[in-house]
Amino acid sequence: MQLTQQQHYRLFSRRAAMLAGAKLVLLGALTGRMYYLQVVEADKYAVLAEENRINLRLLAPLRGRILDRFGVTLATNDQNYRAVVIPEQADDLEATLGMLGRVLPVTESDVARVLRDAERKRPFVPVPVRENLVWDEVARVEINTPDLPGVAIEVEQSRLYPYGGLGAHVLGYVAAVSEGELTGDPLLELPGFRIGKTGAERQYDEALRGSAGNSQVEVNAVGRVIRELTREEGEPGRDVVLTIDMGLQHYAQQRLAGELSASTAVIDVENGEVLALASMPSFDPTGFDRGLSVAEWQALINDELHPLTNKALAGQYAPGSTIKMTVALAALESGLTPAHTVYCPGFMTLGTSRFHCWKEGGHGSLDMLRGIQHSCDVYFYDISRRAGIDAIAAMARRFGLGAMTGIDLPGEKPGVIPDRDWKLGTTGEAWQPGETLVAGIGQGFMLATPLQLALMTARIANGGRAIVPHVRRDAVFAYNDDRGDETAAPPPAAPSMGLPPEHLALVQEGMNLVSNDPGGTAYRARIDVPGMELAGKTGTAQVRRITTAERAIGVIKNEDLPWVRRDHALFVAYAPVAAPRYACAVIVQHGGGGSKVAAPIARDILLECQRRDPARRIPAPYVAASSGPR
Amino acid sequence: MRRSQLASHGMPGRMTVGQKLAEANWMLVLLVVLIASVGFGMLYSAANASIDPWMSRQVVRFVGGFVLMLAVAVVDIRYWMRHAYLIYGIGLVLLVYVDLAGEIGMGAQRWIDLRFFQLQPSEIMKVAIVMALARYFHGLDPERIARPLPLVVPLGLIVMPAALVLVQPDLGTAGMLIMVGGAMFFTAGVRVWKFAVVAIGATAAIPIAWNFLREYQRQRILTFLDPESDPLGAGYHILQSKIAFGSGGVFGKGFLEGTQSHLNFLPERQTDFIFTMLAEEFGLIGSLGLLCLYALVIVIGYAIALRSRNHFGRLLAVGVSTNLFLYVFINAAMVMGLIPVVGIPMPLISYGGTAMITVLFSLGLLMSVHIHRDIRIGQRGRGED
Repeated sequence: MQLTQQQHYRLFSRRAAMLAGAKLVLLGALTGRMYYLQVVEADKYAVLAEENRINLRLLAPLRGRILDRFGVTLATNDQNYRAVVIPEQADDLEATLGMLGRVLPVTESDVARVLRDAERKRPFVPVPVRENLVWDEVARVEINTPDLPGVAIEVEQSRLYPYGGLGAHVLGYVAAVSEGELTGDPLLELPGFRIGKTGAERQYDEALRGSAGNSQVEVNAVGRVIRELTREEGEPGRDVVLTIDMGLQHYAQQRLAGELSASTAVIDVENGEVLALASMPSFDPTGFDRGLSVAEWQALINDELHPLTNKALAGQYAPGSTIKMTVALAALESGLTPAHTVYCPGFMTLGTSRFHCWKEGGHGSLDMLRGIQHSCDVYFYDISRRAGIDAIAAMARRFGLGAMTGIDLPGEKPGVIPDRDWKLGTTGEAWQPGETLVAGIGQGFMLATPLQLALMTARIANGGRAIVPHVRRDAVFAYNDDRGDETAAPPPAAPSMGLPPEHLALVQEGMNLVSNDPGGTAYRARIDVPGMELAGKTGTAQVRRITTAERAIGVIKNEDLPWVRRDHALFVAYAPVAAPRYACAVIVQHGGGGSKVAAPIARDILLECQRRDPARRIPAPYVAASSGPR
Repeated sequence: MRRSQLASHGMPGRMTVGQKLAEANWMLVLLVVLIASVGFGMLYSAANASIDPWMSRQVVRFVGGFVLMLAVAVVDIRYWMRHAYLIYGIGLVLLVYVDLAGEIGMGAQRWIDLRFFQLQPSEIMKVAIVMALARYFHGLDPERIARPLPLVVPLGLIVMPAALVLVQPDLGTAGMLIMVGGAMFFTAGVRVWKFAVVAIGATAAIPIAWNFLREYQRQRILTFLDPESDPLGAGYHILQSKIAFGSGGVFGKGFLEGTQSHLNFLPERQTDFIFTMLAEEFGLIGSLGLLCLYALVIVIGYAIALRSRNHFGRLLAVGVSTNLFLYVFINAAMVMGLIPVVGIPMPLISYGGTAMITVLFSLGLLMSVHIHRDIRIGQRGRGED
């Protein structure tokens, strides 16, 4: 077939047209794709581009301080100044480090490390050269800035407890946030962020923490910050004012330091403010901020004296004879009169068992007042048998025993106040009559914390008002808070426990006799400063069982026993007798006799407390959170 | 118009340079300058509002290339036909040279360093193959095109450079050479069923070819198939390009305001991904507008082809237009995530010397076809004016 020129041209034209058509289709596809990307999906990609570009950076708020009732700073923030070098801003990194070496002590290994880090990291990431600069060094670096291209000073906050181990259990400590504490709050995920782990730091973490600010920065593909777009300052944490009097706390800890393991609580009987809460041995909370070494941590948790435990509210001990006021009140409420007299031959027989008095020969005839004064066990065996365990338990609970006191500190233990139901529920066995006698002298199942005992004493001293112990000084906080957005209402007056005044007057008089009558068990630990006299009650809690055989040859003295088998020494007291204001409980673990060991400590603390008189001293207005150096 | 008709009906082979320039399709010239200027603007933006380092050098190259284009345009079409095989041959030799140099020197090399710019023979080949095929099919008897045997030579003309480029390895350019060659075959009138046979054969060869691909090429194809599977790895470029493209919206973020581009999220924004940057800063209006400018150039190319009185000119014009189309389509499609990233630049806009010169050279040929449209050339290459 011979194609003419015309046919040839027509073939070409047809083919060219088909090719053009194909191109048109493909261009259409491109246009469609453009429409899809730039119109249909535009919003999605716009968001993605913004997410690419904008980095939200949290600005950690400054943590609030913790102050004592007089404004003494107990926990604050410390600045850690460090010199960093930004490699891309230094023309010659080595030369810059050389220059820096004339201003700061920079070792050769520092230089080597910086050069190594600078090579590994992106050039705009600051590389630390020296940490913990003193102010002098900071100033020298700042003055020489023109000669130190790329060198900058960075500030990092760390938590500082100026008094070390003083009040450590009340304050608690801060440390890095653990996996389980993450709540989804991005602030907690900020590197270097610290959270309260124990004590007030934990209890008031939210107030102390403040709220995070944020800064939106534009970053490029490798993460370099180009500029800050918006900045929203956070709110610094609030200061928390405690009821603790650091002077008294200091005294109490010093006074307890003579013992291996002891704890005390001092309470304002009027309002439940905790003035001192000490547990010895203590620990220095500052180290937790930086992070303890494994060895340091192991040493703390393996110490058999448990320095990390706040024994004042987590140590549970048999209250011993310190429970006797409560038992007496239960007996009075069940109808016994103060005149009820019991003859003590040194023991009491119930069924086939013999229950001994602490005094081998016995006390002879005693009424209730003398029973308390001499802490006669037989007298209390008798009245507890008459009152019954359930009445005793009910009375003990009204005084705050057997349940958490509700103090605003974490880690509190409830103790144990046994009764029939409790025993059945816990052991599955029925209550034995002998157990009532044992409970009547604060032994057996009964357990209480020093804080509970101090609370009990305070409620006796204040005429039976159910105050609640607390460590945050709300009232002061309210009128000193210049932001005005947290105005605590004045604490409601503590409700009356509904005890007849004459019953309370009797046990108060009994306690008075304990320490101020020559026959009292704590007469030697009295306060003989007029107007400051204390009323107390000794307690010696057995931690072992004294066998009949041992009793026959003579009870082994505490001094002759290994430490862990010695009795706990207890003492509860309030002062002054005439107008009670302060209540105190002291427990010396395995200390021996309450009158010999615990009572002198409690006396000294109460004397010091009355001399300082923190409840009546008006606190100096403390520096508000928003101003002044931290 | 009278004058031009006089010239074309008179003795087009003997026009003066001035007459020829007056004959040139100034609409085409205007479009070329317009497109290149868009490119300058984008390079200025890509360098964060600076004429250095890219825009200044691109302007110099464009001016050089523009002069070359006009020079090529006024040279007689028969001259280009006579030297088509020579140019093809030079291109082929340079390709072999680059492959061997790459073999001796370490790693893959695709260019020859000419000091003032780096010459990429594969770019030259894109024009040379069009010229050589146009000449071959011009000389082929129209009825012989139906037979298989005469197709062996032009097939070889395609396969040789394509194979040489493929081993560089440059998948994109090899594909483009094959496609432009195929378009030439099609335009020349090769039966459609033969394409079908080749297509089936090629499909069957895919598994075999897969074995010959380098790891990174396989990765590119796999990444293309599912870019979001690896957003920080190999899929990063495509994903970031799509984000930039889409976030431009209809009106764009404004000149110099493209966040993806200026914060370095967009890779290779001055070369392969420059179209994305345009789309980000000028939106759908910008990207579609540029596409229209290219479409106009291609339409003019077809108009020139249809008006040419010699088969060489027709084939050359369609080939050059197709070439330009392939550049634009492949580049736009790859930055929008329609096809794998294969490293084909956006003509006249992407920063790069050889592509700019090659495209302007081929547009010069197109103008030459236009200026010499009335010259008739016999099958043996004799002018019949």
